[in-house]
Amino acid sequence: MNLLAAPIVIPLLLATLALLGMRSHRWQQALAVGGAALLVLVSFRLLFRVREEGALALQVGNWPAPFGITLAADLLGAIMVVLSSVTGLAIALYSVGARETARERFGYYPLVLLLLMGVNGAFLTGDVFNLYVCFEVMLMASFVLLALGGEKPQIEGGVKYVALNFFSSALFLAAAGLLYGAVGTLNMADLAVKIPAAEDGGLLTAIGLLFLAAFGIKAAIFPLFFWLPASYHTPPPAVSALFAGLLTKVGVYALIRFFTMLFPLEASFTQPLMMWLAALTMITGVLGAAAQHEFRRVLSFHIVSQIGYMIMGLALFTPLALAGSIFYIMHHIIVKTNLFLVSGVVHYLRGTGELKELGGFYRARPWLAILFLVPAMSLAGLPPLSGFFAKLALVVAGLREAAWALVASALAVSLLTLYSMTKIWGEVFWKADPTPNAEAAMEPARYRMLVWPIVLLAAVTVAIGFSAGPMFALAVDAAGQLANPSAYIRAVLGTAP
Amino acid sequence: MSSLILRTATRYLVPLLLLFSIYLLLAGHNYPGGGFVGGLAAAAGLALYALAFDVRSARTMLRLTPTGVSALGLMLAALSGLPGILRGSSFLTGKWMVAYLPGFDPIKIGTPVLFDLGVYLVVLGVTMSIIFALAEEES
Repeated sequence: MNLLAAPIVIPLLLATLALLGMRSHRWQQALAVGGAALLVLVSFRLLFRVREEGALALQVGNWPAPFGITLAADLLGAIMVVLSSVTGLAIALYSVGARETARERFGYYPLVLLLLMGVNGAFLTGDVFNLYVCFEVMLMASFVLLALGGEKPQIEGGVKYVALNFFSSALFLAAAGLLYGAVGTLNMADLAVKIPAAEDGGLLTAIGLLFLAAFGIKAAIFPLFFWLPASYHTPPPAVSALFAGLLTKVGVYALIRFFTMLFPLEASFTQPLMMWLAALTMITGVLGAAAQHEFRRVLSFHIVSQIGYMIMGLALFTPLALAGSIFYIMHHIIVKTNLFLVSGVVHYLRGTGELKELGGFYRARPWLAILFLVPAMSLAGLPPLSGFFAKLALVVAGLREAAWALVASALAVSLLTLYSMTKIWGEVFWKADPTPNAEAAMEPARYRMLVWPIVLLAAVTVAIGFSAGPMFALAVDAAGQLANPSAYIRAVLGTAP
Repeated sequence: MSSLILRTATRYLVPLLLLFSIYLLLAGHNYPGGGFVGGLAAAAGLALYALAFDVRSARTMLRLTPTGVSALGLMLAALSGLPGILRGSSFLTGKWMVAYLPGFDPIKIGTPVLFDLGVYLVVLGVTMSIIFALAEEES
């Protein structure tokens, strides 16, 4: 199943080609866009294969599991790779329009490709230690992307980002070491077999909590989220959008993978804790956003609040709730990336993101306003857009489990999200322009290049909304594979559990 | 720095260091050594050259930019996985062939050597880019 290696090897090879041709912007841009498009094709092929044949595995170098390096894809992993490739394509196209030539000279495109390699690796690896390695690849690339350009706010945000992520990596590594000591393996399929049989339940709960803290920092859940709004608004818009769409969701993916397959939450000590974390993450995120008056800062706090919904589905731990979580991720990655891309266009046009200095965009650029409205209303959960169905599934799952407080906070947060989105709508698009004629001149060709990826992602959002039935069926299947990973284990270990 | 003793010694030492780095690279499959330490030894040679003469001539000795060297190394390491796929097994599976040269014992050549060569170049490139950046800062 060498197809599994492709989403990791393709961006690596293209990044090396881009590094060798550092002098030519055209060459780098062509590689980034072409590579991202190729990744989209490969990842859809992978998703269809997994949908037809069930979980797939590849033993890299032909060393048998659980000793060698294992790549494995079940539906969740394949869906995540598709999402990361689609995001990557939109970002690559947008970067061509953004024309950050100074940053391109210092390896912007190779870094984006390497970041995609790390993200795809994290989704496809079947081994806890390799997950750590993929996290590091992803973080190294993101550190440089965040600081590239060296503006003062970038460095300030970057220091917080680097410090907390290193701390999280240290926790992750310590937890992985303890887990290896306790069970004697780090292969996920092997762990799924051996952990239920292990005797020392208390130690394993403690290890699970260490993983929760490590991935919690990366996923930006309460109370470990503060690095995110401190750093995500500082780099260029394309980088913000890439981070906003993908990076925290890798943490959420790891949480879902670990707390379903390895440390099932059902009736455990961790489950009520996770419910509290979900509710508090939603609430603090949205309240933080309500207090902000800068475009990208508002959106950054909303990432935190949205992560709460994904954790909510995991914490409820019913098949419907897990499917809701997975559907939420599918919807959220596309929508959030798109909102950041729109904020980027506003930033390039006006050179600021302060809401009170902006205005009049609905009159000046009505299409841009509509393109903002699609993801914004989807984020707030208005039917028939994708966010409505994601929230509906989670709320129904919560009501069935009689988790009243959690459902009530989810609904209240949804309302406050709508408030934030209408705030941006009112300030940036609706109200009269406080400083008319402040718009920087932008060639129409460049503007179109910036808007096409936004159109692409908005179309995906609408498509998810209108094909919610089949999409949700896919999420239900993915959740079923997590709850009962026997096919995954058979694919990796070659024997039934 | 312009010391006649250092310059003269460097002329003899650098080829030795580079030869030793290649020895380490090739011996690494069965004995202590390998791409990583080989790359470091080669970088030590170039760094010595940069100290004794100047950074610019050391850069010309490397021919490619340090980033280019690392990129080439990464590419070789990634490509070393492909013969496995072409022969119908997993990515990165080691594939070997035997070369018969008249007058020598048969030599086994395989994809791990290519991977190690990739590591060698990555280490060399990264180390040199750090050393060049620091040395140019100083001057």
